[in-house]
Amino acid sequence: MSELYERLRAAIVDERPVALATVIEGHNAGAKLVVEPDGDITGTLGHPELDRIVSRDAVGELAAGRTGVRHYGAEGQARETDVSVFIESFSPPPIMLVFGAVDFTAALARTGKLLGFNVVVADARSVFATAKRFPMADRVMVAWPDEVFDTYGDRLGPHDAVCILTHDPKFDVPAVQRAVATDVGYIGVMGSRRTHATRLERLREVGVDEKGIDRLMAPIGLDIGSRTPEETAISVCAEIIANRTGHSAPSLRDSQGPIHRPPADG
Amino acid sequence: MKEILSDLDAWKAEGRRVALARVVNVEGSGPRDPGAAMAVSDNGDVIGSVSGGCVEGAVVVEAIDILESGERRMVSFGYSDDEAFAVGLTCGGTIHLFIEPLDW
Repeated sequence: MSELYERLRAAIVDERPVALATVIEGHNAGAKLVVEPDGDITGTLGHPELDRIVSRDAVGELAAGRTGVRHYGAEGQARETDVSVFIESFSPPPIMLVFGAVDFTAALARTGKLLGFNVVVADARSVFATAKRFPMADRVMVAWPDEVFDTYGDRLGPHDAVCILTHDPKFDVPAVQRAVATDVGYIGVMGSRRTHATRLERLREVGVDEKGIDRLMAPIGLDIGSRTPEETAISVCAEIIANRTGHSAPSLRDSQGPIHRPPADG
Repeated sequence: MKEILSDLDAWKAEGRRVALARVVNVEGSGPRDPGAAMAVSDNGDVIGSVSGGCVEGAVVVEAIDILESGERRMVSFGYSDDEAFAVGLTCGGTIHLFIEPLDW
């Protein structure tokens, strides 16, 4: 009886993507299908053809990270509404790569965890990059940016974030170079406007194009007057959210429309 | 559901009967997106949430009823002027929940 739950649970705990399809209206309400990205299914919605069509749709919804209701004929026909199926996508947690083992890093790692990120802290200096200093991080790597991107680069997508806090060109430049070569949704780089101006010169020298430079959120964070590491972490994380949803980030008081607007990324 | 998974595991391990309520659809302004989940155990413990606290009380009542009957069903909550004191969402939207026993 618990096989469905166990399949779902195992995938979520192992941080593998998985979808759960549930008939919520129509024949067999409550029937379920656990769908894995390769199309493997557990359970049944009551008809093999419905299972086939729903699992195909669920793989697509899962890839897009979408959750919602779809309608089908009793045997999976399109444009019919005999059964309503709730397809819920469970994506692995998004990744936040934080470069630089500084004071701001600890606060950002904590705030990143609060938002559900899988937080990786990296610094090439073994004295600073220790799990003891960053107990909240999921992983602390003593590594240069190249090694970090060799490990995580291919996995980065629109919901992931790279935060470069080193403000040392030795680390910044290679980290930015590698970050703009990925599909990561957010790239924030710390440093004053002056630091960033000289950084831009170096980035152009090493061949980062204007499209890449346009992706950089630098100086990092929203303009909320943050001073402390904790306040700065909130400003960075708020910018990450606004960047993902495509909202500009005025105060609610100064904006109009409903508070709970659907995100621009659907 | 992800957020309440470890609590669900513990309840299952203790052999508790559990009702699971999931947001499947939201019309208009709603505080939580589809997929938000809460669960109610047979001794009335509650984990998770499906709104900003507006309808959770009513969901507990539905969930306990569903635990007793074993039925699964859709339940909707919305705002309407003539029921100003009925259970609804203060933000003006409508949420549709699927509530069922966690017997799977």
